[in-house]
Amino acid sequence: MQIVQQVVFVLVFAVAVYFFYRNVSKIRRNILLGRDEDRTDNKSERLRTMFKVAFGQSKMGTRPIAAILHFFVYVGFILINIEVLEIIVDGIAGTHRAFAPIGKLYDVAIGFFEVLALLVLVGCALFLTRRFINRIPRFHKPEMKGWPTKDATIILVTEIVLMIAILKMNAADQVLQARGAEHYAQAGSFPISQFLVPFFEGFSTETLVVFERIFWWFHIIGILLFLNFLPYSKHFHIILAFPNTYYSNLKPKGQFDNIGSITNEVKTMMGMPDADPNAPPPESFGAKDIQDLTWKNIMDSYTCTECGRCTSECPANQTGKLLSPRKIMMDTRDRAEEIGKRIDSGLEPNDDKNLLSYISKEELWACTSCNACAEVCPVNIDPLNIITQLRQYLVMEKAEAPNELNMMFTNVENNGAPWQFPASDRDKWTSEL
Amino acid sequence: MSDKIHVPTVAELNAKGVTPDVLFWVGCAGSFDERAQKITKAMAKILSHLEINYAILGKEESCTGDPAKRAGNEFLFQMQAMNNIAIMNGYGITKIITTCPHCFNTLKNEYPELGGNYDVVHHTSYIQSLINEGRLTFGKGDYKGKKITYHDSCYLGRANGIYDAPRDILKKLDAELVELKRCRAKGLCCGAGGAQIFKEAENGSKEINVERAEEALETKASVIASNCPFCMTMLRDGVKHFNKEDEVEVLDLAELVANANDL
Repeated sequence: MQIVQQVVFVLVFAVAVYFFYRNVSKIRRNILLGRDEDRTDNKSERLRTMFKVAFGQSKMGTRPIAAILHFFVYVGFILINIEVLEIIVDGIAGTHRAFAPIGKLYDVAIGFFEVLALLVLVGCALFLTRRFINRIPRFHKPEMKGWPTKDATIILVTEIVLMIAILKMNAADQVLQARGAEHYAQAGSFPISQFLVPFFEGFSTETLVVFERIFWWFHIIGILLFLNFLPYSKHFHIILAFPNTYYSNLKPKGQFDNIGSITNEVKTMMGMPDADPNAPPPESFGAKDIQDLTWKNIMDSYTCTECGRCTSECPANQTGKLLSPRKIMMDTRDRAEEIGKRIDSGLEPNDDKNLLSYISKEELWACTSCNACAEVCPVNIDPLNIITQLRQYLVMEKAEAPNELNMMFTNVENNGAPWQFPASDRDKWTSEL
Repeated sequence: MSDKIHVPTVAELNAKGVTPDVLFWVGCAGSFDERAQKITKAMAKILSHLEINYAILGKEESCTGDPAKRAGNEFLFQMQAMNNIAIMNGYGITKIITTCPHCFNTLKNEYPELGGNYDVVHHTSYIQSLINEGRLTFGKGDYKGKKITYHDSCYLGRANGIYDAPRDILKKLDAELVELKRCRAKGLCCGAGGAQIFKEAENGSKEINVERAEEALETKASVIASNCPFCMTMLRDGVKHFNKEDEVEVLDLAELVANANDL
């Protein structure tokens, strides 16, 4: 019987890891559809940023209640993984609590994990309450209709169910340990699950073994299913938060990239000596689809967990405009997924749609470039960078700027100022001192 | 009041074989917008009062290209930038101060890659350093104990992380700083940036500047201090929206400093 369980476990585990690997590879490929951008400089500052922002959760604190609840779930996630490792070892080797021989520390650790499991459970329950009973507005913006809300619900409910499975498994285990059942050596401490013991004491040892096995299998299969849910879910942020903060924009937020190919064009036009007359003219300006964005823009989109802090801080969104920075990120990811699926089906990557089929001009022209979205994002996503590239496409490729902005361009070109004042009046104020 | 002030141009100094220590970059709003001109004048008075070797480019100055760049017209931006850089490099400019955080951001962050390397300082940081060096003092205390609130501009604050210099100046003025509910990194935009000021806002339920002015009026401060000519326009319009322009003044930090010195 034992050997059958081991074989089944190894098979299930291998299939789970294979599918996870396959889907993560697809996301990696989709991210790399973006154009190149060098973000490999300043390794020490990048590591510091990652430790501070992703590992240390430094940007969560602006919303203290969410920060505390998220911290429970986050620490729970990281540390309970140690127990998952033990479960995997047990599954493969057919042992029970393989790490128990480390002794006293093991008891402390298991006890601590139980407390964490309870905190995760409470955290997720309160997250559900905030989302569906308190109805915090940022969770109910138009872009959250349908799948995004289902996605969030699946994540929170699954985590609650998994934590309950751990605690029930430990409760059954305790009773078996107390009865000196074969294979269930004394190990661990159970500060939380001890309260579940009365539910199990009435059963025979044989029944309890079955219960304990069911909970164990339920827990590990649940975890493996959840692992495979990640690539389909906003919850993928638990993985991408780390690389995404590592590759953060380290420059001042106000600094927009200068388009290099335009620099040479302008230099040539102005007859500057360092212009390269043989450089090929730029192919296109700005971004109209996924491949025109940088890989970091696409990684941003896959890292987004749709918390909506960006949207709730956005001055345009707060005053009823259509723009929602979160939607910019979700649309970018949806379009990357769409192109990825076309590649998977052996089709040409691009169809007659593009990113602007998802994001409207009205959204793009509502942005004040204030950087509130990028500032507040707990994982350093930069929606403004995408907005700017889409504007560049609209202006330089399509000549579709709003009329007033075209007038502003003309004024800058002709008068050296965005208004229609003669350049000769620029220093008129000096005569009034 | 002081005597008539002469603001030298770089060309004028150059003819005398002099290079200014500081180029005062006035910017388009500061040059042409009637209200913003007052900020420019206040700053010129401070510079002249302290006998700083400064100059303006005058008619040779042209838009930095900031609004074009934010609106997506990179071509126009780079043309403006390279023309400005050619002029400034021709004069051997090394240090720039400016009263506009948009000019500040563009000159400081986006010009170097195009060949324009200068020490660019926003006027609030510059005034702060003048105070710290003991060159600028406030004897009279016009603003002592006065309730003043301060609006962080996006391009000085979030864009460049400068939050303390303007607040330090208010402290030195002995004013009672009443912070806005949304301040510093969480400061709400005035609604002008990203070239929005040059167009009608998109459809919505409220104007951003009205939202911000409302918040500023809630502080009951009699002065809203700003550091940007565009925020100035937006906040003044917002205050007017509530018919409070007789009770609440919007003043740039340069104006507060000049007033406190009777300049």
